[in-house]
Order: sequence, then structure tokens, then C-alpha cells
Amino acid sequence: MKRREFIKVSSLLGAGAAASPALLLGGCAAKPLPGTGTVSTTPTICDMCFWKCAGNVYKEDGEIWKITGNPDDLHSGGRLCTRGTGGPGAYLDRDRLKRPLMRVTIDGKQTFRETSWDVALDFIADKMKSIAATAGPERMLMLNHGAGSSHFRHLLRAYGSDSHAEPAFAQCRGPRDVGFRLTFGASASSPERTDMANARCIVLIGSHIGENLHNGQVQTLAEALNNDVTLITVDPRFSVPAGKSKYWLPIKPGTDMALLLAWMNVLITEDMYDKDYVERYTVGFDQLARHVRDYTPEWVYLETGIKPDVIRQTAREMAQAAPATVVHPGRHAVWYGDDTQRSRAIAMLNALLGSWNRKGGFYVPEKVSLPNYPLPDYPKPKARTADAYPGKWPFAGQGVTNGVIEASVGDDAYFKGWLVYGTNLPQTVPGIAQQLEAAANSLELVAVVETMPSEMTGYADVILPECTFLERYDDLRNSGERHPSLALRMPAFEPKYDSKPGWWIAKQLGKRLGLEAYFPWNDYAEKLDWQLKQVGSSLEEMQKIGVKNFPRKTPLYFRDGERVRFRTPSRKIELYSKQLADKGFEPMPVYTPPDPVPEGFYRLNYGRMPAHTFGKTVNNPLLFQLSPENQVWVNPLVANEWSLKNGDYVRLGGTNGVVSNKVRVRVTERIGPDSVFMAHGFGHKSKRLRLAAGVGADDTELMGNVKVDPIMGGTGLRASFVTFVRERA
Amino acid sequence: MTRFAMVIDTKTCIGCGDCVVACKTENRVPDGLNRDWIVEATQGKYPQLTTEFRSERCNHCSNATCVTLCPTGASHHWAGTNIVLVDPDMCTGCKACIAACPYDARLVMHPDGYIDKCTFCHHRVGEGLDPACVSSCPTRCMHFGSLDEPSSEVSRLLKTREYKVLSPETGNEPNVYYLI
Repeated sequence: MKRREFIKVSSLLGAGAAASPALLLGGCAAKPLPGTGTVSTTPTICDMCFWKCAGNVYKEDGEIWKITGNPDDLHSGGRLCTRGTGGPGAYLDRDRLKRPLMRVTIDGKQTFRETSWDVALDFIADKMKSIAATAGPERMLMLNHGAGSSHFRHLLRAYGSDSHAEPAFAQCRGPRDVGFRLTFGASASSPERTDMANARCIVLIGSHIGENLHNGQVQTLAEALNNDVTLITVDPRFSVPAGKSKYWLPIKPGTDMALLLAWMNVLITEDMYDKDYVERYTVGFDQLARHVRDYTPEWVYLETGIKPDVIRQTAREMAQAAPATVVHPGRHAVWYGDDTQRSRAIAMLNALLGSWNRKGGFYVPEKVSLPNYPLPDYPKPKARTADAYPGKWPFAGQGVTNGVIEASVGDDAYFKGWLVYGTNLPQTVPGIAQQLEAAANSLELVAVVETMPSEMTGYADVILPECTFLERYDDLRNSGERHPSLALRMPAFEPKYDSKPGWWIAKQLGKRLGLEAYFPWNDYAEKLDWQLKQVGSSLEEMQKIGVKNFPRKTPLYFRDGERVRFRTPSRKIELYSKQLADKGFEPMPVYTPPDPVPEGFYRLNYGRMPAHTFGKTVNNPLLFQLSPENQVWVNPLVANEWSLKNGDYVRLGGTNGVVSNKVRVRVTERIGPDSVFMAHGFGHKSKRLRLAAGVGADDTELMGNVKVDPIMGGTGLRASFVTFVRERA
Repeated sequence: MTRFAMVIDTKTCIGCGDCVVACKTENRVPDGLNRDWIVEATQGKYPQLTTEFRSERCNHCSNATCVTLCPTGASHHWAGTNIVLVDPDMCTGCKACIAACPYDARLVMHPDGYIDKCTFCHHRVGEGLDPACVSSCPTRCMHFGSLDEPSSEVSRLLKTREYKVLSPETGNEPNVYYLI
């Protein structure tokens, strides 16, 4: 018995081992092997990022032990990534939000004070009622990220507001999805519909799969490598996939568009494009052929630094493998402000290769047709999100974060209240600190639902502590993908502290707003059970298996010669976009050279690291141990010029006058002398994140040259420059 | 002696560290300590470069100097295999094994007062499972099995692919192989 207690105390993750009573027991007692206690498992959907892999949570003697992939989950190949494996750290994090917090003023100084759920929820509901009565419910805005958002979107729509924005659009994949929609009438999807496992040639444009751990993407790229795929990676940095490539094209930053146009030029000039596909499915080929005529490899070499013979050779590789060629759409696509057009160029290149919805190129995703729980219709909202910024960004198609934030500043601002779920705006939207502060001052309500005391919580009137994904039900996973499936997230543990599941919080607010009819369940399990029973399963079954796979009902690819109606105005793949021309934009992508680098500055390149999801996971005690800080990558020539040594701390200065937190220098040949690189998500300022606070530098605050995409409002984040500010010893 | 080997494909290893975290949770490795780790080896000058990622750990040497040099017999080969374990009851924490290991693959000191290290997850191997690191790897670049069975995946990979071991000159006969 004693031995069992001993394990509990000394091996609990995150516990201060050195101070544990275990040492007092005299040291060398053999530990029982893992898994020899009473072990049970509970299915989950990982919430460490947005990929939604299904896993099993292992408990030993009632304590969390580990989380592993669900072997039946084709979405994740039965394996979790680094962050998913580190999931127990989210549950065990000692800095989690524990009780509702209200902003109060004590002796003229604002602070947060713990309060009861009733007080916190009443406060929010009263403010929401007042906003609805005085300005209209559509003036209440939701800003969100992640799967748990659905409960609060439901709440706001029932309340009468469809106003919402997520940084996942205008600060991430928006331009890609808009560019692909304009071209194919369909987006590149999430998970991306790339058929990499069957590809014979893969082209990555600045996409560092493997440093980003988008699980299915990483796995299918690895499969492709095992099949000896021809990998072509375009990146100024020697990224992880660059190191696995047959061709690494160390392009000059910001010149990708020129290369894409040159590749199209070569395919057309050398007659290597898929004539049947182009003829059958596209419009505007002749205009495109004329358009790319001047983008010769020789001319493009001068812009990109990629030699003409390499441009030709790589184009030939793509054509030889086509249609089993994926010119990858990427994911984080907000770079230089012409990102929708660059994404369109990628889409058009795929169209010339005939790879869209062909084996080894892209596949047609399919979902399970899962009925919605019967509920009253939502009231028709009086306004759309875009009414907050009239006339701007005509092809956005969804809320633009930077637009709605701007429309929240000042006493006459369009928006009067915010409900923020799971998104840390200060580290997400560039140059936003002042606007956020101004908005927080003028808004009548800022309510934040979070698991962690992120920087965003510092702007709140009320902070509602949500329990982690391991302690709650959320909606079923039903992603459009290769193999339709449903997956269940359910509580493996009771909520810790006084945290609550999102569905419960939304229902409690609904009740206070007189919207009970939209929340008829006592437990969200009832809603899930009803839905599952409509498709021949049940909650009871899913609690055992976690994932249920369904057969496809539609073909995975176009059949040979199939007639297809694309969801574009012409019903064809639009190489020439009349839609864009009609709104005064270029109908075909045009190359614009990037701004030159100011003297003494370097291009600020940034990206992901495998251990973390933006800044969201840095305080996770397991993942923090693996990657506690980011580093600024510096070429040896630059290091020499600035007398920087590997491991030195330095600060970075932006052209906006911002000086970063200190960050460690990594001197490496993997980056060229015109740029520096750092992983995004560090330099937390919230002192309540006791591991992450003050560690590493925040790239977002340094961005002083943000280029907004006029087509959809995306914030181009790769156009900024930094210099070094020496750290005093 | 049954020879268990780990074969890691550097062509598909991305250095993501999933193996490190999987080991930590599976084996409840104390904060601040790791039984496995990632090495990145970059060579050349921009833009003529190569990079290799390796997931490293105890090599479970057939001829393990840490076993030979342990004064108390705490370091031992497990049950007729090459898997090197430390018996916490017999370990005095003298660190002779640390000095004897050419791979620096031992944890300096477990907080409970003994030298800790990778066990190849022998508790899983005994049940026919792969070590936690191998079964978590998202790129499936890690393989585990017996080299005594010619049909095992590890035997097959070593027959068909070019490989290396770390510091073969020590004569320790390490059993972690890297496909190159």
C-alpha cells in the first residue's frame, strides 16, 4: 500500500519532485512498472491544436498517465503528435484558470477578484441584454478559435448575432481558402485534401510540414518520402522538409509569385500541361498563356535567385509526375498582402497539372451526414459581420479579425460587446496592442472564456474558466476528409477546481437570456446521443470505441472524363477570374517585388515548432520542458557582423519601434544572411503563466510593415523587418 | 542472448520530439530529466546543406561497459536479452556507469536516488508491444524488434538499407541503428 502512495507523490507530472516526500522513504526502493496498477481508458479528441486527432486517455489508479492515438482513427493514423502526447500537461498545468474572475477596482487600481459563477454569468447576461436593447444583438461580437467555439456561436446566434471572426481566417489560412474558392469553387479544406501518400511529386511553397505538426499532413508526407516522392521545397530557410527534398529552392523572400508564374510559363511554353483537363474543366487558358508569357525563367531568376535551368527542371518534374503532383496549398498563408493572388497562382498551377481531384493530387473530401439536433430556428440577424467595415475586402466571406477590432474602438464604435473564446488576440493579430486597449476601454462588455490565463484575459471584465478537453463533452468530430468518420470527446475526469465545460457555460448564459429553448439538454451527452442514434450509433457505443468509420458514398477523385460543375460563376475552374476583374482586382496574379530591406535590418521570418501550437501550449509543463524558449536564427555572417555568439541573448527591434523581450541567438547556416527566423508564440507577458512569462520573444509585436490583402483582409505578416538590440550583460 | 534493436530512419525523422514526450509520460520520467532526446546535425554552408535528425537514447549495447563496470551489479542485462536495466535497489548512485557510457545516455540521478535510463520499455516489450517512443512516432521512422529473427522488420531494414551506429569504434556493439 505504501508503495502505491509513493508513486502517486513522486511521479505526478508537474509535481516538484525534489521536494517530494519520496526521498524521505530512503531512495532506492524499486518502482512498480508503469501500467501495473488499475488502468482504464477514455476516448477523447485532442484539443492541443485544431487537427482533432482521436486518442485514448489512460488513467492508472485514478491519476492521468498518458494519452495515445486511437488505433481506429484514420484521421490521425492512430498516432498523436508531440503536442497531443503532451496533452496531460494541459490538464495538470498548475496555472490553469480555476474560478471565475471579475475585474474590480481596489484603491484606484484594477485587479481581478474571484467570484461565483452566478455573479459572473449574471453580469455577462445583464450586459448582453442591455446591448441587445440599446444597440441590437448584432453589435455583440464573438472572437474565437477551436472546437469548443461551437457552444458559444450557438448561444450568440440564438441571441440574434451572427457577428464573429476568428484569426484562423485573416491571420492564417484565409487567403488560401479564398484563392482556391475563386479558382476551383472549393477550398483546400481542413484537414487539407492533399493526396500526398499517392503523390509522385510534391511541391512545398514555404510550407514547413514537420515543423508544423499537422498530423495527417506530416504522416502522408512521410509516406510519400518512403515512396521516393520527388519533393521540391521552396523556402529561403533550410526547413526540415527542405532537408528531405530532391530540390531545395532557396528563394529570395517575397518572390514566390514570380516563381509560380515562371513555372506556369514553362508548362505552357514546353507544352507540358494537361490539355484534356484544361480543355474540359477550365476557362481563361488563352488569357493565362498570354499573361505568363513574359514571366520567363531568365527574367524570374533575377527576382527569385532561382536559376533558369532549375526552374525548368522542377517544372518538368511536376509535369512528368502529373496528375500525381501536389503543389501544396500551405496553411498559414498571410505573407505579403497579395496572398489571395499567390494562393490562386498555386491553384492555377495545380489546374494546369490536372491534379485537382485526381489521384496523387487532391481528393474530394466527404463528411458523415449527421443530422442537427432539433432546435428552434435562429432569429434572422439584422446585420452581417462585414457590415462593421462596409466596402472593405469583398471576397472575405467570413469575419475579418483586424476589421472587427477596429470597429470596436471608441464610444461610437459599431461593436459594443465581445465574447472571446480560446483565442489570444495580443499574440495573434499584429500591431494590435493599442487598439485592443482602446477597444477594451470603449466596449461595454469583454467576456473571455479560456482554460489558461492568456494575455487576452488581461483585457476582460469577466473571465470564465473552462475545463480542459479532458474534462468535457464537445461536439462530435465530423471533418470532411478521405475517410468519413465521427469521433467523440468525453470527460476522462471531473472538471478540476471550479472550471466548467463550455456547453454548460453557454447553457447557463442562454438560460439567463431567456433562450432556454435552444438548450434543452441537461447534459450535452443527451444531444450527442440523439445525433449518434440518427446514424446508427449511440453515445454508449462511442464511449467504448471513440471513433466510428463510415463508408464513402461518393468517389474519392474525378472519374476519367467526368462532367463536373464547379461552384464558380462559370461552373469551370477559373484561370481568368471575371469575379476579381469585376471588383477591380487583377483577374490573374501579378508579381510585385517585396519592399527592400532597410539598412541594418533583416527580414523577419517566423514559423512553427513541433512542440507548440502558437503560444497556446508554451506553459504546458510537459511541452515547456521539451521547448522552453524560441531562438532567433542568425546566419554566421550576420552573427559575425553583430558579434553575436551562439547562445547569446539579444533583443530585436522592429521598424515600429518595438523592442522584443530577450531571445537566445542560434547561429546557423540554415538561414540566409538577409533574414532572421523565430518560432511564433513566445515572449508571453501574462505573469500568471508562470513557466512561459518572459521567456523568448514575440514575433507578432515586432511586425511594423503589415500588408493587408485588399481582396479578403488578411494581414501579411512576412513583410516586416527587425534589427538587433544588444542585451546588456 | 536475444538481441533487441531499434532502427531509426533519418530520412523520415523530423526531430519533432514526440518520442521524448511519449517516454516521459509512459515512464513518468521526473521533471527536468529525459531518457531520450533529439540531435540535429547540419553540415555545409548556405545554401549547400544537409541536415540529419536523430532520436537518441541508450544503445542497449551487447557488450555494455556500464554493465561491466558497475561495482554493485545494479546495471544488468535483462532476462537473457541485451536490454540494459538498472536495479534501483542495488544502485548506490556512484555514477561509474555514467563514466563508462560512451553515449552519455544515463540520467545523472533520478530524484529517488538512483541512476535512471532508457529501458527500451521492457515492460511493454514483455507484452509484445513496441517501446512508447516507437509506437508514438508520427512519421513511423522508428522500428523495434529482434535481430535474431531474420524476418523481423528491423532485420529486413538492416538487410536492405544503408545504416550506421553511433561510435562503433568503442566495441560496445550498440543496438540502436540509424538508416541513412
